[in-house]
Amino acid sequence: MPDIALAGPSGPKPKKRFSRANIFLYGTLIMVSMYYLLPLYVMVVTSLKGMPEIRMGNVFGPPLEITFEPWVKAWSEACTGVNCDGLSRGFWNSVQILIPSVILSISIASVNGYALSHWKFKGSEVFFTILILGAFIPYQTMIYPIVILLREVGLMGDLGGLVLVHTIFGMPILTLLFRNYFASIPEELFKAARVDGAGFWRIYFQIMLPMALPIFVVAIILQVTGIWNDFLFGVIYTKPATYPMTVQLNNIVNSVQGIKEYNVNMAATLLTGLVPLVIYFASGKLFVRGIAAGAVKG
Amino acid sequence: MSYSVEIKQLDLAFGAVKVLKNLDLNINEGEFLVLLGSSGCGKSTLLNCIAGLLEVTDGQIHIKGKNVTWEEPSERGIGMVFQSYALYPQMTVKGNLSFGLKNAKLPKDEIEKRVARAADILQIGPLLDRKPGALSGGQRQRVAIGRALVRDVDVFLFDEPLSNLDAKLRVDLRVELKRLHNQLKNTMIYVTHDQVEAMTLADRIAVMKGGAIMQLGSPDEIYNKPRNLYVADFIGSPSMNFLEGHLEGGSFKVDDMVMPMVGYEFAEPQTADRPAMIGIRPEHVVTGELVKNAPLQFTVEVDLVEPMGSDTLVYAKLGQHSFRIRMDGQAIVKAGQAIEIGVDPSRASLFDKKTEDRL
Repeated sequence: MPDIALAGPSGPKPKKRFSRANIFLYGTLIMVSMYYLLPLYVMVVTSLKGMPEIRMGNVFGPPLEITFEPWVKAWSEACTGVNCDGLSRGFWNSVQILIPSVILSISIASVNGYALSHWKFKGSEVFFTILILGAFIPYQTMIYPIVILLREVGLMGDLGGLVLVHTIFGMPILTLLFRNYFASIPEELFKAARVDGAGFWRIYFQIMLPMALPIFVVAIILQVTGIWNDFLFGVIYTKPATYPMTVQLNNIVNSVQGIKEYNVNMAATLLTGLVPLVIYFASGKLFVRGIAAGAVKG
Repeated sequence: MSYSVEIKQLDLAFGAVKVLKNLDLNINEGEFLVLLGSSGCGKSTLLNCIAGLLEVTDGQIHIKGKNVTWEEPSERGIGMVFQSYALYPQMTVKGNLSFGLKNAKLPKDEIEKRVARAADILQIGPLLDRKPGALSGGQRQRVAIGRALVRDVDVFLFDEPLSNLDAKLRVDLRVELKRLHNQLKNTMIYVTHDQVEAMTLADRIAVMKGGAIMQLGSPDEIYNKPRNLYVADFIGSPSMNFLEGHLEGGSFKVDDMVMPMVGYEFAEPQTADRPAMIGIRPEHVVTGELVKNAPLQFTVEVDLVEPMGSDTLVYAKLGQHSFRIRMDGQAIVKAGQAIEIGVDPSRASLFDKKTEDRL
């Protein structure tokens, strides 16, 4: 009897757009985003204003006259001590620290994680536990011993020394990340490869690596952000000529001589934060996938 | 006859836990041997030892007369098929098949030839350029078998290869596997917990429990003459009926019933009186017209009826004991009804109550 109209509710239930739950949900979301986006907005507009306009005091107002002068100054003219070449020097130092540190730490940690998940040896669990404990020891306790260590091997103040420090300090968390990811790859796959005559490195490069792209993205993001934003190690283990960008930024912003150039400071800060930001935007989707994959099995 | 695989006094322990205990097993050339047991019995562990994926604690493994106890898996002359297929997801089917051959540094045209042959045998030719993600379960398992096939090995190892497939496909692939064995005549060692797979595929079955082999024999022997209570209970579905009683002067007595064991083949001719158990398979109980020809006859009260289409499973009461009977699917029985049943003692099994071994 297909012709008879059905009485009462039928089909999908109509949804109320302004339900209490929706108002609460979107209200919270909007408030939280304001909390984070407003300071960013203030920074951007301030960095585009000239000093006279800033002195007028309208912090939230858009710039009446857009000027890129502060950005140029922050990049290439701002003075720290006797050097007046802005952030650019720090930027190139940071790049020279970042690239080898990220490549080294991730290459070593991924092999560590692979070995600890699929080539268990006697005491491998103990080894792993000790490695993880390393993640919980406060950095401050190790600063001075590392100073001595770097001095003895002649790397103190050298970019190479900082690369070494970053590589070592990245090891616990990265190894954990990779171990958990590789442990989630079925053991039978690994067994099948062994029956097929593949050894340690062949299985790593031909079977495991192609499956591990998401976790590599996660590791790269973690390391790039961590190393780029590092201030503590940078200020201690380098010298003025090799200061990374963050230290350079601090020296520009916190200089007590002369007038405070807010627009230059804002521009310098935005410039410093640009690299991690770009990495996030470029790999956001893979990042989420990798974090979720790594979290499933422990 | 030369043995294809010989396992000698094999021990395997994980720390304090002994998984395999002094295990001996000889597998004939071209034989299809099934390792059967419930989970945790050590059957997969044994297979992994043969493959060389687990290091043994003690003992030896010989394949084709060569001691391979310390050899790498790839050097043992084995191919292995896993339950989860374990195909390399980033490679095409062809890449999967040729991966091992490339590792062995075989010439290109030889690799092509072997891949083509395997694809032909398993009818996966059209799939060669696809990735495993684009294949169905049955196709994936076929590729996994192909990966063992191209290696041109003496011994195939199967670790529950059909367990991840749905019921209908499992039956199809089971038949295909048997056909493949008839065609290739390789030695095959097959691990499963599914007794139907074991019965249908095997030349011989090794029933395992607690890291030891309980019984090694043809499917017929395992089914009809289980060597102990465990095997008797494990094989057969629905499982065997067991009644506890006494063996006295060649008759089995339970409560006030006496069952003369006429025609029963005792393991030893003079079997002394002792507490014992009798095992009767539900499908060996006859009903209806056939009862009057049976050596032993009883009346039972029907408790519950489970119609299964092809046959009907009846739960009945024999005295105070519950008793399962497998009847024809057309039989009409109702709960509460009393029916006549017949039992042939020559098809039953007697076990010592204490040792649980067959009498």
